[in-house]
Amino acid sequence: MTFRQARYDEPLLCEKTRPASDSDTDFFDVPVSLRRKRLDLPQVSEHEVVRHYTRLSQMNFGIDTGFYPLGSCTMKFNPKFNEELARLPEMARVHPDQDPSTVQGILQILFELQGILAKISGMDAVTLQPAAGAQGEFTGLLLARAYHLDRGDAGRDEVILPDTAHGTNFASAGMLGHKIREIPSEDGRVNLKALEAAVSGKTLALMLTNPNTLGIFEEEAVEIARIVHDAGALLYYDGANFNAILGKTSPGKMGFDITHFNTHKTFTTPHGGGGPGAGPVGVKAFLEPFLPVPIITFDERAYGLDWDRPKSIGKVRAWLGNSALLLRAYAYILSQGSDGLEHVSERAVLNANYIRHRIEKHLPVPFSGLRKHEFVASGKPLKAKGVRTVDIAKRLMDYGFHPPTVYFPHLVEEALMIEPTETESKETLDAFSDALIRITGEDPELLKSAPHNAAVSRVDEVRAAREPILSWRMLQRAKGTEPRKA
Amino acid sequence: MDSEEEAMLRAIGLRSIDDLFADIPASVRTDGIDIPRGLSEQEVVRHVTSLLRKNRSAETMPTFLGAGLYDHFVPASVRAIASRAEFYTAYTPYQAELSQGILQTLWEYQSFVCELTGMDAANTSMYDGSTALGEAALMAHRITGKKEIVIPRALHWEKRKVLESYTVGPGLDVVEVPFDPEAGTMDLAALKKAVGDDTAAVYVENPNFFGRFQEDLADIRSIAPSVLIVGANPLALAVTTAPGDLGADIVIGEGQPLGNAVNYGGPLVGIFSCREEHVRKMPGRVIGLTRDAEDRRAFCMTLQTREQHIRRERAMSNICTNETLMAVSSAAYVGVLGANGLRRLALENIRRAKQLAERIDPLENFEAPLFPGGHFNEFVVRCEVPYARVHKALLAAGVHGGLPLTSRFPELGEAALFATTEVHTEADYERLLEAMERVR
Repeated sequence: MTFRQARYDEPLLCEKTRPASDSDTDFFDVPVSLRRKRLDLPQVSEHEVVRHYTRLSQMNFGIDTGFYPLGSCTMKFNPKFNEELARLPEMARVHPDQDPSTVQGILQILFELQGILAKISGMDAVTLQPAAGAQGEFTGLLLARAYHLDRGDAGRDEVILPDTAHGTNFASAGMLGHKIREIPSEDGRVNLKALEAAVSGKTLALMLTNPNTLGIFEEEAVEIARIVHDAGALLYYDGANFNAILGKTSPGKMGFDITHFNTHKTFTTPHGGGGPGAGPVGVKAFLEPFLPVPIITFDERAYGLDWDRPKSIGKVRAWLGNSALLLRAYAYILSQGSDGLEHVSERAVLNANYIRHRIEKHLPVPFSGLRKHEFVASGKPLKAKGVRTVDIAKRLMDYGFHPPTVYFPHLVEEALMIEPTETESKETLDAFSDALIRITGEDPELLKSAPHNAAVSRVDEVRAAREPILSWRMLQRAKGTEPRKA
Repeated sequence: MDSEEEAMLRAIGLRSIDDLFADIPASVRTDGIDIPRGLSEQEVVRHVTSLLRKNRSAETMPTFLGAGLYDHFVPASVRAIASRAEFYTAYTPYQAELSQGILQTLWEYQSFVCELTGMDAANTSMYDGSTALGEAALMAHRITGKKEIVIPRALHWEKRKVLESYTVGPGLDVVEVPFDPEAGTMDLAALKKAVGDDTAAVYVENPNFFGRFQEDLADIRSIAPSVLIVGANPLALAVTTAPGDLGADIVIGEGQPLGNAVNYGGPLVGIFSCREEHVRKMPGRVIGLTRDAEDRRAFCMTLQTREQHIRRERAMSNICTNETLMAVSSAAYVGVLGANGLRRLALENIRRAKQLAERIDPLENFEAPLFPGGHFNEFVVRCEVPYARVHKALLAAGVHGGLPLTSRFPELGEAALFATTEVHTEADYERLLEAMERVR
């Protein structure tokens, strides 16, 4: 146990502020009714600002800090060359309203990336517009809706989701006003009888993650597709777990009509502590007319943008998408190539099955059979000692590991969802497994009071939600109720 | 297969990598991916760099585009902070104890946004300004149960189209209010007529799409029914009254001008803030201040019962991954410039818009600004010749002119939206003006 996170009692930048000199501003032609007298923002030296945020960064854990087996998030190494490429002025200082003749380079990159993603997914056409996976889902459902309406089939407003589905699937369908039909799993997979009972002339689409969030491959994918298509509905592939199947199978081959990709997962664009991402969407040919505008065109001479798409769903965000992330995804895919991408999935799956093998005697892994790139263990055996999965997670921090995803998926009690990714060595996987096993035998009090080596001890999340203090303004208003520093 | 992989396979009790994929039925197996084999880092960098060189950037081609995104000078310290690997290689701060750094940074970002907008609470970002508008419309519907969203006609078509997609679910109606043809700002008489019993929200921008200040925000507040959504440029807010002080309920905007590059349209960062009374109906991730077990100040994600992973189909939004790292840049940018630096820069951008318009106006064939009064960053230029001809002539001279408006706003005649910021040099202006002068 050698991990110690940096710990500074770093004040807020607002608290370092010397009073801003409220200069007698010449407002030029700002209308008198709109002239601002006071701006209560920090005023400190550049050096102090850099030191402040450098210290804060040292109280943060990234994949460059250590192992980060956050299930469903695919936290793999982010190649450094991508950061340099994205900062080139020919990427960073290019305006999206520029004349197409002045952006032929990025249009070519985006156009080629669309083609590559189509090949990887077995789809026919791709839009790069969605800003993240959830927005890809939203786009995909808009496409399904437009398709059904175009056929004069207006009665479809139900989305079928297995109980292992990501929360975003529910929320994306909810945002579009669709009703959810949730179907239970059987032995960690879609229950075909339940699916058959759920589909009808009201079904808009089934959304499925495969391998699912348990890391189990839905072997009946073809039969699932048949059932859904027979009902006249479409199949949506949630691409969060694409890292497991590169080159081995594809949503297109499995019969899906629509898929999204998470570039910040499969194609290693850095997640930035919560974003940005990018969520391209691929579709089969019959859905191509409905894709968002504009589409990128190529006439063998030049790249252009086509807005004249009468059946298009319109737009889901401004301009063409998170281009600087898409650039990174493109460069990453070129660097891996066909051989590298296939090996990505092979090693990711090997690593997951290896950890599972190491720990399952200590923390059971419900459901038999192989796993793909991730698996879900249960912290249930420790419950008798009064230890919950959250305590295991917090204790892992003391060993220098980011905890796995916890309490998801819901059908596993006290779930620990572990996804190591392909860029981790056996040595790291062993060290993590050893730590996890050791923790299961540790004094329960040590776990319940963990973490001990992080920047702060256990954070009171209940209090944060009960009395929300979300800004400096709210803090100043709540003065007196803020906890004093120890 | 290397020896490490062999050892792991043996430990699991498998013989080959293929055994790991035995659960994928042969009927759906594919035989690899039909793309070339991998390249070395050097080859990839050379290839991608050569493709990017086909772009013309603001570095080599003076560019007078704005319309929501502005090429500002970003101090190197801002990039240095956002390039800290501890920040940019982290995932969402689900585990607060290991993530205090980004949590405090984002809480500071929320604080800066709230000070600029005059709101109590802000989220850690939406995807961009356009989706912030879509989400604000949905939020207004949640607050009021009503179905009409009143918007200005003077609005970027990109935003308008995104708003239309976001409001498909509850079937909201988007009602357009024309701009006053003399002032270029929202026509208040028309607004009065557009607002009715089923109006969920009025959306107004300041500065607006034409770069004009909407002087009468207070009057709009009195006309608008329950929810007033104000769209603002965060940099302009350094010198203009906080919309919260003028009665706004939700303040949104494109946050890119605060410390981020234009990135060919993404990543950007959507600002979203609201009054405390509405905070539980707000979309997106929010950071709260609390304490740890030893009574020290600490931060964590909070009010998560609004979000997709808890509330599922009844969540306020489906957003999960957002634009956090751009928010980090914004916080650093506000810090580095400071209150005074931001105010000086905002005024500089007002001054430059005014002066550029004053230099274009005397040129034969051009009128600028088309609308009188103060402008921020940008203004409408009207011309006597087809703007498409001007556009081409400028490109030929190595300058990128403004955003052509003629086809989207035919009522303006032959027109374009020209923007300028502190990045432009006198040589850039001269190049532009000389090229415009030569257009016949």
